[in-house]
Amino acid sequence: MNTPVKEDRTAGDRLTRYPKHIREDWFGRVYVYLCVALMVVTIFSIVWFIASKGLNPFVSGAIGIPDLLLGHVWKPEGEPPLFGALPFLAGSASVSFIAAAIAAPFGFCAAVFMTQIAPKLGRTVLQPAIELLAGIPSVVYGFVGLSVIVPFLRDNFPGQGFGILAGAIVLSIMILPTVTSIATDALSTLPAGLREGSFALGATRWQTIYRLILPTTLPSLLTGIVLGISRAFGEALAVQMVIGNAPHVPRSLLESAATLTSIITLEMGNTVGGSLHNNVLWSLALILLLMTFLFVFIVRMLERRAKR
Amino acid sequence: MKKSLVLVLTLIVALTLAACGKSNNEGTASSPSASASESAPASSAAGEALSGTILAAGSTALQPLVEQVATKFMADSKYSGISVTVQGGGSGGGLTQVQAGQVDIGNSDIFAEEKFKDADADKAKELVDHQVAVVAIATVANPKVGVDNLTKQQLVDIFSGKVKNWKEVGGADQKIVIVNRPSSSGTRKTFENLALGGPSQDLPGSIQEDSSGTVKKLVGETPGAIGYLALSYLDDSVKALKYEGADASVENVTTGKYPVWAYEHMYTKGEPTPVVKALIDYILSDEIQKSDVTEMGYIPIGDMKVARDVNGNVTNK
Repeated sequence: MNTPVKEDRTAGDRLTRYPKHIREDWFGRVYVYLCVALMVVTIFSIVWFIASKGLNPFVSGAIGIPDLLLGHVWKPEGEPPLFGALPFLAGSASVSFIAAAIAAPFGFCAAVFMTQIAPKLGRTVLQPAIELLAGIPSVVYGFVGLSVIVPFLRDNFPGQGFGILAGAIVLSIMILPTVTSIATDALSTLPAGLREGSFALGATRWQTIYRLILPTTLPSLLTGIVLGISRAFGEALAVQMVIGNAPHVPRSLLESAATLTSIITLEMGNTVGGSLHNNVLWSLALILLLMTFLFVFIVRMLERRAKR
Repeated sequence: MKKSLVLVLTLIVALTLAACGKSNNEGTASSPSASASESAPASSAAGEALSGTILAAGSTALQPLVEQVATKFMADSKYSGISVTVQGGGSGGGLTQVQAGQVDIGNSDIFAEEKFKDADADKAKELVDHQVAVVAIATVANPKVGVDNLTKQQLVDIFSGKVKNWKEVGGADQKIVIVNRPSSSGTRKTFENLALGGPSQDLPGSIQEDSSGTVKKLVGETPGAIGYLALSYLDDSVKALKYEGADASVENVTTGKYPVWAYEHMYTKGEPTPVVKALIDYILSDEIQKSDVTEMGYIPIGDMKVARDVNGNVTNK
């Protein structure tokens, strides 16, 4: 009869033994650990899932890695089926790099304008405008590209308007906010004394910008550009709408081409889970994932150099 | 510190297990053929309303029709106990999934025998075909190409890249731009089989789009463009070309004069369960065939005056 009462008391004692703030602290710690652990588990399971699906065609011996990376014929329904992803690798790389090449000067100039030339106007008008660009959904960019850029290219250049150039133009607008905001951050953290010293030595504003500010902030600017390329590499919908999607290495910037992302979105709906065709699309996804890792690695390297 | 770490790990394991358990449950619950066949015979034997779940997957060309009819079907008080889910995945996916018993109905634009060939031929025999509608595909071109009829040979030459300019087939001096579907698309397979008579290549410089809306927009805007669309998508922005002199009209399809049409199949594995049969009969009912089927641009199966078998032989009914 006595024992249950006694046990109750000890349980109550145990609860009140720790003061409230300790218990809160403990609860908070568990909560944070739980969230972090869940995140890590999620990330690793995604990587594991993509890798297990994407490596399947190679493990089963259906195709070799060189066949996929260097083959230039994509004929998944052919006899025998051919899966050469070189056209898509070439397409993805060229749209992203050309997009970055277009966006980089614009981003740098916008950043210089906002921090060095007209900070007030820049912060009140230009910055919100560029941030607005980041919020526009990619399907809208694709639709604008299809309705404005493609007809424009078709009317003014040879070809049908679809191709690497149309994709690169659309992407350059999409990655402009990334490039600009990172460049702006880098420029605004520049010590004021550096600039003033340059002016004191008699340098003009333009000389200061291109002889001093540009070299000093170059690693950060490159970080912005690499992040921009990374985003351009992974963009699917907007590119798919304007690039034309022919599975061939294009002979010019104005000829229909395809990217890794566009071929995945285009074909996944028509393939059956578990089939070779479907698994090869996963291999393409794995390539995309590895490219993203590479970009993250490059950004890390650049940041380390910037700190030195 | 150590204690809390252990606790966290325990929680994670517990959560993971819970998640696994949940997905397992869903797996068994969504194995629809089992649940449908379990509940259906009992209720029909008792003479009551049918109840159960139906999962249909496959052809994206047939999906909008099945979705719309399923909504009506479930709203009907007679079938209120039945719940229907319709998914895409392509004709090939529909056939594979219904064969494997993962779905109750496999929607397809092609005959099962065309998908399961040679070593897999036995798989097709287990499936029962229910033809619910007919879809016709028209060759379309930009209105300014100056051509209104193409022979089969001309089409083959265009889609194989042999003919590169419209003037070679009697039209304006304008480069031909092919707007194709991805090679895995059911619409493309139907067009290749019936209009071209065989598979075609992806030519350099051709454009590929997966949605009919985009294909229509591109063909209408791009000078010299040629593509193909289901009859329901045709309007004035594109020009429907005659095939071997035959207009792509509903009348010509039903009489067999225009050959580029395909059945929309709903395959079941073995004879359908009462619940699934109720849905298929509902789609085949006059009420649906005369309203939804026609309104959505398909041709009612009953209007066809000709029939086509697996080997492509067309006979008068």
